[in-house]
Amino acid sequence: MRKYTKDHEWALVEDDIAMVGISEHAVEELGDITFIEAPEIGATLSKGDSAGFVESVKAASDIYAPLSGEVTEVNTRLENEPETVNTEPLGEGWIYKMKLSDIGELDDLMSEEDYQKFLSTL
Amino acid sequence: MYNTVLNLKGLFMSELLRTSLYDEHKKLNARNVSFCGWEMPVQYESIIKEHDACRNNAALFDISHMGEFFFSGDITTSGVNESVTQDLIKLPVGKCKYGFLLNENGGIIDDLIIYKLSEDRLMFVVNAARREIDFKTIKSRLKSGDFKDKSFEISKIDIQGPNSKNILQKFISDNLDEFKYFGFKESLFDGFDCIVSRTGYTGELGFELYMANDKAKAVWKKLLDGGALPAGLGARDLLRLEMGYSLYGNELNEQTTPLEANLSMFVKFDTNFVGKDILIKQKEEGVKKIVLPFRTNSRRAPKHGNDIIQNGKVIGEVTSGAYSPSLGYGIGLGFFDTKKFDKSQKFEVKDTRGSIEVELDTLPFLKK
Repeated sequence: MRKYTKDHEWALVEDDIAMVGISEHAVEELGDITFIEAPEIGATLSKGDSAGFVESVKAASDIYAPLSGEVTEVNTRLENEPETVNTEPLGEGWIYKMKLSDIGELDDLMSEEDYQKFLSTL
Repeated sequence: MYNTVLNLKGLFMSELLRTSLYDEHKKLNARNVSFCGWEMPVQYESIIKEHDACRNNAALFDISHMGEFFFSGDITTSGVNESVTQDLIKLPVGKCKYGFLLNENGGIIDDLIIYKLSEDRLMFVVNAARREIDFKTIKSRLKSGDFKDKSFEISKIDIQGPNSKNILQKFISDNLDEFKYFGFKESLFDGFDCIVSRTGYTGELGFELYMANDKAKAVWKKLLDGGALPAGLGARDLLRLEMGYSLYGNELNEQTTPLEANLSMFVKFDTNFVGKDILIKQKEEGVKKIVLPFRTNSRRAPKHGNDIIQNGKVIGEVTSGAYSPSLGYGIGLGFFDTKKFDKSQKFEVKDTRGSIEVELDTLPFLKK
């Protein structure tokens, strides 16, 4: 099940591996994305750590680790086709994968439904 | 993650001015921003799509926030010619010129375009944020003549792109093939008065149209139906930066002279104008800072306000920066300290997210 943070990242967890990206709402706000700085493979991130940033034609925004763990893979397609995040933020536009160190942290994230409720309060 | 984006939205939209096309933008799902006291569309669907439409087809911009002043009187004796850096006496009727309104220190109060409507009539087109100070300043320099601010009566719509002429021609009484760059005519659009000017801020073939507010909707709709894509200020900013055109508030301000802005070609030194003595002094002694163009070697974009660093020292500041969709890399303009900057050495742009390697470039960034 996909889970969300208040910083508009999502994590899709299978076993102890989380695939991480940014939400449709974030993409909508950012506009055309032109550059993505993903974390380095092997980097150990704690939940809430800066994990890179996204530049769009309008703005630049930091991205934060939704959970704690070690980065195992980054989406290399985004190096030359960052617009994939615009077109498929929840699919092919994933940014990196991490091996989780504490699966229990998942409980702190919002469900899709809670995230939509959260968006309506912004 | 998007604090920076929220800032762009402007908090007090209700206090902002709206153009005659506000409802049209709303129908097109425009995303509005606060810009120079106006609520203006920054984008409709996608800034890059709108940019591409201008480069490859035709884009339509609502630029009604800009100001228009009208002078009538004796251009030679009224003082109007000395109020700006261009020679309005020599300027032929039917032509317009880009130039500056300077303060006594040679600092740029505004950059503007002056249209010679007839031997004794001029139109000034000025930036929205500078409209009031511009009008006051020019008025104070006039000894005679009639000078009026008609900004709130006139709408301005730009159609820009290789296909702009074909789309526009259907509605214009004059033959657009006869329009030379920086030439214009008081023409008719579907029978009503419209100034048609072969100018723009994009580097493409294009036209700027001036009409009464109540005609703006008809012009807008007809040109959209003709095949132009609505484009916002986001695309306009990218397009102008790819050409290296300056933007007031970024490269240009009251603490910067045309020489420092690297735009001395728009100053006619053989005429008299306010601020001339300072500019001549700078010409002889050199300038302390100057605007230069540079590029990155990646998709990373320099951003307005970033430091420019050489050998660990701050030697300048980025005034405009963006990722160029046409070129595939980042481009920027910035002030360089002429004493500290060594052209032969490497330099970089630095923000909170790290350094970006850059190198000097030449204008326009987008060479055709």
